[in-house]
Amino acid sequence: MKGNFLIKFDQVSHFYDLETEHKVPSLLDISLEINKGDFVAIIGANGSGKSTLAKHMNGLLLPSEGNVFVENLNTKDWGKIWDIRKKVGMVFQNPDNQLVATTVEDDIAFGLENIGIKLEEMKRRIDWAINIVGLSELRNSEPHLLSGGQKQKVVIAGALAMHTSYLVLDEPTSMLDPRGRKEVLEIIKRLNREENITIIYITQFMSEAAQFKKIIVLDKGKIISIDTPKNVFSKADLLINLNLEIPQITKLARELAKYGLDIPTNILNEEEMIRYLCLYI
Amino acid sequence: MLIHLKNVSYTYNLNMPFETVALTSINLKIDKGEFVGIIGHTGCGKTTLLQILNGLLEPTSGQVFFDSIDIHKNKHKLRELRKKIGLAFQYPENQFFEENIFKEIAFGPKNMGISEQELEKRVKQSLEIVGLDYYSYKDRSPFSLSGGEMRRLAIASILAIDPEIIILDEPTASLDPQSCNKLLSVIINLYQKYNKTIIMVSHNMEIIAELTKRIIVLEKGKIIMDDTPRNIFRFSIEKLENIGLSLPQVTYTLYKLKKMGKPVSSAILTVAEAKDEILKLVRKR
Repeated sequence: MKGNFLIKFDQVSHFYDLETEHKVPSLLDISLEINKGDFVAIIGANGSGKSTLAKHMNGLLLPSEGNVFVENLNTKDWGKIWDIRKKVGMVFQNPDNQLVATTVEDDIAFGLENIGIKLEEMKRRIDWAINIVGLSELRNSEPHLLSGGQKQKVVIAGALAMHTSYLVLDEPTSMLDPRGRKEVLEIIKRLNREENITIIYITQFMSEAAQFKKIIVLDKGKIISIDTPKNVFSKADLLINLNLEIPQITKLARELAKYGLDIPTNILNEEEMIRYLCLYI
Repeated sequence: MLIHLKNVSYTYNLNMPFETVALTSINLKIDKGEFVGIIGHTGCGKTTLLQILNGLLEPTSGQVFFDSIDIHKNKHKLRELRKKIGLAFQYPENQFFEENIFKEIAFGPKNMGISEQELEKRVKQSLEIVGLDYYSYKDRSPFSLSGGEMRRLAIASILAIDPEIIILDEPTASLDPQSCNKLLSVIINLYQKYNKTIIMVSHNMEIIAELTKRIIVLEKGKIIMDDTPRNIFRFSIEKLENIGLSLPQVTYTLYKLKKMGKPVSSAILTVAEAKDEILKLVRKR
């Protein structure tokens, strides 16, 4: 059947203040398809509509105009909302706001208990989820004693245990230190590669976005570009105009090019830069 | 000497089953007018150190001197220190509570017994320093501000108590580049123009390298490095790499080139310095 196995936005607009005189759109006429197995980053300045877009993917927000479908289920169909939310897991910025139980294991069990999963099956799923995120040794620990990165992994495991096929992550690393950031991103990559889980990852770190297969650039509620990281970062001027962070190494490449060095201005990491510089020095 | 920590250790839940050592034998002197960056992994003791520095926590052993007086032996001095230190926690915007910006900024000085007239002057001045216009902002709700403006408001409310020392914990976290740059220029101004002593904690090594004059690296509750950014990147880069702290991308790049035998300086702190260093070599060839 056409349109199966995907999240589809069909001319979606969203207004937070629908009732007032001046409706300010936070999403404007968004049409978008995310296919099963996709590995997508969403970037955009503060207030560009990233989180609003994400919250439409499992019906936390409903379109003011247009429709969102998750594998042919309309998020406006209230009778199907729990089916949708089982398919699409969400992870937010602050891990402390998302943990509910006194042990890691119980926290992962929370969602399963709510949907009435039998004990045996529950145990199986918890083992599986905890193993994937690499927290087996910490299964009886208290979540508040874990590091930020570990906490986010517990949140991710909780979503996995629900057998979600899509994981929407809204700046999951922005409150973590560099080490935690790296750990979480590694898990996300593995989930996509090994478990074929579709990943939609909102980030303000361009160095993270660069590691995805596809980047969606949002500005003032509109999609400006959907492209590969290479192509997105070759438009550095666009990113600067959109008030997005440019990696330090890309800035250096642009500076060097300005002074006549023949060097691509969409260099994203140190290794690439070193390769080019070795041609000159 | 402004603040002097002498052999300071701190243990949470001392003599209890869950005893946790947070700081071990910290010796640290901070002078008036310094700009110090503190870096280290989560759990290295940064937050505990900040709370020791402003007297919120009393060390389990060791002494804290402010103007050469032990603040935990002299409660008057402790109170004075609290007035002289402005501390902006992470995500300070979570701590706003007043209905408008004037009251938010006035809260601290009002509690210190400042007169109404002086109060208005302080609020005006503080807003001016952080680049927010007094008349267009004073009656607005703190919660109506953008993320970057909220951070600057948080700094303004600290400035209103006229502190000598300003401690900033992850001041730029989750800010977009424009807001980040504005905030950084406010911080640079506080240091250069208003001669404040600045202590800044951040995971962002690029900002620490570019702004601060002295870097303190904490690891497992101990100070393992304390030097100028230049010296740290010149001599201790491998050590930083080994403990897994991220280096500025340009510093790392030149360090790798040097390791490959290229005749570059590895003590590079900014994009501009990296550019100059590379162009110098290209032109030589």
